[in-house]
Amino acid sequence: MTKTAFSSLLMTPVNALMRIVDAPLRRLQKATGISGMAAFFLAPNMLIFGIFVLLPLVINFVYSMTGGTAFFLSERSFVGGEQYARLFSCVDYLDPMSCQEDAFWTAVGNTFWFVLLQVSLMILASLVTALILNRDLVARSFWRAVFFFPVLLSPVVVGLIWKWILQRQGLLNYILYQFGAEPYSWLTDRTWTFAATIGVSIWAHMGLYTLILLAGLQAIPKDLYEAAEMDGTRPARVFWRITLPLLAPNLLVVVVLALIKAVQVFDEVYVLTGGGPGTSTLYLTQYIYETGFASALRNPGLAAAASILMGLVLVVLTLLQLGVGRRSENKGKR
Amino acid sequence: MTMKSILAGAALALMSTTAAFAGDVRIMWYSDGVEGEVMKDLVDRFMKENPGINVILDNVAYGVVREQLPVQLEAGNGPDIARVAQIKDLSRHWLDLRPLVKDPAYWDENFGAQADWMRPDGSNQISGFMTQITLTGGFANKTLFDQAGVPVPGPEATWEDWAAATKKVKESQQIPYAMAIDRSGHRITAPLLSYGANYIGADDKPAPIDAGAKDYLTKFVGWVEDGTMAKDVWVSAAGTTYRAAADDFINGQLAFYYSGSWQVANLATKIGDNFDWVATGSPCGPAACTGMPGGAALVAIKYTKNPKDVATFMDWFAREEIVKEFSERTLFLPGHKAVVEKGGLSFKSDNEQAKAALTKFVEASKTTSDIALKLPAWRWSDTFYAAIVTRVSQALAGELKIEDAFGRIDADIAQKVKDAGQ
Repeated sequence: MTKTAFSSLLMTPVNALMRIVDAPLRRLQKATGISGMAAFFLAPNMLIFGIFVLLPLVINFVYSMTGGTAFFLSERSFVGGEQYARLFSCVDYLDPMSCQEDAFWTAVGNTFWFVLLQVSLMILASLVTALILNRDLVARSFWRAVFFFPVLLSPVVVGLIWKWILQRQGLLNYILYQFGAEPYSWLTDRTWTFAATIGVSIWAHMGLYTLILLAGLQAIPKDLYEAAEMDGTRPARVFWRITLPLLAPNLLVVVVLALIKAVQVFDEVYVLTGGGPGTSTLYLTQYIYETGFASALRNPGLAAAASILMGLVLVVLTLLQLGVGRRSENKGKR
Repeated sequence: MTMKSILAGAALALMSTTAAFAGDVRIMWYSDGVEGEVMKDLVDRFMKENPGINVILDNVAYGVVREQLPVQLEAGNGPDIARVAQIKDLSRHWLDLRPLVKDPAYWDENFGAQADWMRPDGSNQISGFMTQITLTGGFANKTLFDQAGVPVPGPEATWEDWAAATKKVKESQQIPYAMAIDRSGHRITAPLLSYGANYIGADDKPAPIDAGAKDYLTKFVGWVEDGTMAKDVWVSAAGTTYRAAADDFINGQLAFYYSGSWQVANLATKIGDNFDWVATGSPCGPAACTGMPGGAALVAIKYTKNPKDVATFMDWFAREEIVKEFSERTLFLPGHKAVVEKGGLSFKSDNEQAKAALTKFVEASKTTSDIALKLPAWRWSDTFYAAIVTRVSQALAGELKIEDAFGRIDADIAQKVKDAGQ
C-alpha cells in the first residue's frame, strides 16, 4: 500500500465524521452568524472554566462573608465583612504581634520576603544555568536532565529528602562531623530554616525555568552573534544588547510563573519545616490551610477571606507583569 | 446508546465515588504500633464468620484521621467506621448504635465509663468504644542512667528531680538532650495539671490560663533554653502540628521521654535489645503526680449507608473475647470493664520490659487526678491544647516572651469560643 493510499484510508472516518457534523454546523452558522460560532466553540471551555474556577471563586467569596465553624453554607451565619475586619485589625501592620490575627500578618511578611528572594535568586540561577547549558558542553543532554530531574519529584519527596539532609542527625551534620565540626540543629534556627526553604524551593523548581530560558536562547538567531563577533563586540555587551532583549518574552513568562508559584508555596515547606521554627517559615497558603482545615476549631470563613486577599495580590502581580511586558513589547516595535 | 444506558452509566460512576456499596463496611484506621496487623487479622476472621459483609480496612497515617477526616465528616462523607483520637470534638458525626446493637445493656455495662467521651453532651448515645485506654507517662533509658551512675528517680520524684537527674546523664553520656515531651497539647497537659492547672471554668467554659499552668510552662521554656529539654520537637513546626520524640528515645539520644502507654509496643519492637528502658509513670508537681488519660475509639459514622452492617461489625468487635485478644496482641490497656475486672490479660510479648511497662502504667493510673479524668469528655479540651502548643512553640522559638504567650493563649481560646458560637 502506498503512503498516499494509507493516509486516505486513515482520513476516511475523519471525513465521515466531518460530513455528519457539517450540516448541523452550517445551519447553526446561518442562524447565529460568525460571532455566534465563536461563542459556540468557546462554550465547552468556558463551561469548564466556570464550574471549576469561577464558581469556586464565588463560593469562596460567599464563605468569607460567613462565620462559625460549620462547613455547610446553610449552617453558617452571615457576618458581612467581619472576617476581613479581623484580618486587618492591627495597631501596626509592620509588627504582626500587634494584630488580632498575628499569624496572618506573620505569614504575609514571610511570604513577601520569600517571594522577593526566591524569585530573584531563582531567575538568576536559571538564567546562568541556561546560558551554561546553551554552550557546547560535553554530555550536554546529561546536564540538562540533571537540572530538570528535581522538577519531576513530588514536593513531599523534595521536602523529605532535604529534611533528612538538614535534620540534627542528618547527612549534612554527618559530613560536617567528619571534618570535626559539631552537629548543628539547622531546622531549629530561624535564619537557616528560612534560607533552607528558599534554597530547597529553588533547587526543586529551577529546572523548569531553565528549560524555558534555554528554549528562548536557542531561538535567538545565530547570525546576530556572528555579526557581533565580526564587529569585535565584548561578550558582556553581547549579553546586554542581544541575549537579554531577545530573551525578554521568555523572562517575562518565567517571572510571572515563578511569582505565582512562590506566592502559593506550601507542600515542600510544610514537609520540611512545618512552618517552624515558631512561625518563621509560615507562609500564606499554610496559614489558610491551618485556619480552614487543620486547627482544633476550623474557621472556613477566615481562611476564605485570607485566600481572597491572596488571590487579589496574585491578580495585581500578574497584571503588573503583563503591563510591563506589553510596554517593553511596544518599545521594541518602535 | 440510549439515554437510559447513559444515565445508568453516570449513576454507576457516581456510586463508585461514594463511601461503599451495600454490604461494604469501610474502616479508616491508623496505627501507633502493631495494631494495624492485628486488626487486619480480626477483620479477616469477621468476614469468614459473616460472609455477607465485606469490610475494607484503610490503613492511613494519624495525620489523615486528624486533619482530613473532620473535613470529610463536615461534608457528610467519610468512612463507615473510624478509629479516632478526637473523640468528643467530632461527636456530632457519630452514629447512635443504641437502636442497632444486639444488647445495648452490654455496651452500657462494659463501655459506659467512657461513653461520655464520645457522645454529644446530654445524650445517651452509644457511639462506639475505646479500642484502648491510654495514659501519658514517662520512659527512662535505664542503660544511660546506669552508665552515668545516676539512680533513676523514684515514683514520687518531681519534674525538677527528673530535670536534675537527666541533666547529669546528658553531661556524662554526651547525649544531645536530657528530656523530651511530644509536641502535643494533650501530653503537656499532664505536667500542667500536676502543677495545679485547671482548664475548666465555673460555667464549664474555658478558664483563663492559671498560676499552675504558668508555673510549669515557664519552667518548661527554661529547660528548653538551657538544653535540658529537646528543642527540635517543639520548635520544628508551626501551629498545632503533632510531633513525637519517640525516634530520639529509640535512637538512644534521650535519657527521659514523656509520652504515653501507646508507645510501649513501638518501643519494645524498635529498641529490642539495644538498651534497657523502663516506664516511670508521671513525674510529680506540687498538686499531683498525674498522667492524662485518653485513647483511641472505634466509632460508627452517622453518614454510613449500611448502619446494620456497621452495627454487626461493632457488636462483633466489642465482644469480650475479641477485646481481650486485641489488647493482649497489641499491648494496649483495654477499655472493657469485664476484661479489666476479670484480669488475667496475657500480653503477647517476649519482651519483659514491655510487660513491666504496662504494669507500671496500670499502677500509675491510680494517681490520675479528677480534673484529668474530666478533660477527655470536655468539649473545649482540644481548643485549649491547640492554643498551648501554638503559643508555647512561638515562645520557644524566641518570637514571644512566655508571659506574652499566656495572654495570647487566653485570647486564642476566647476567639475560638466566639467562633463556635456564631
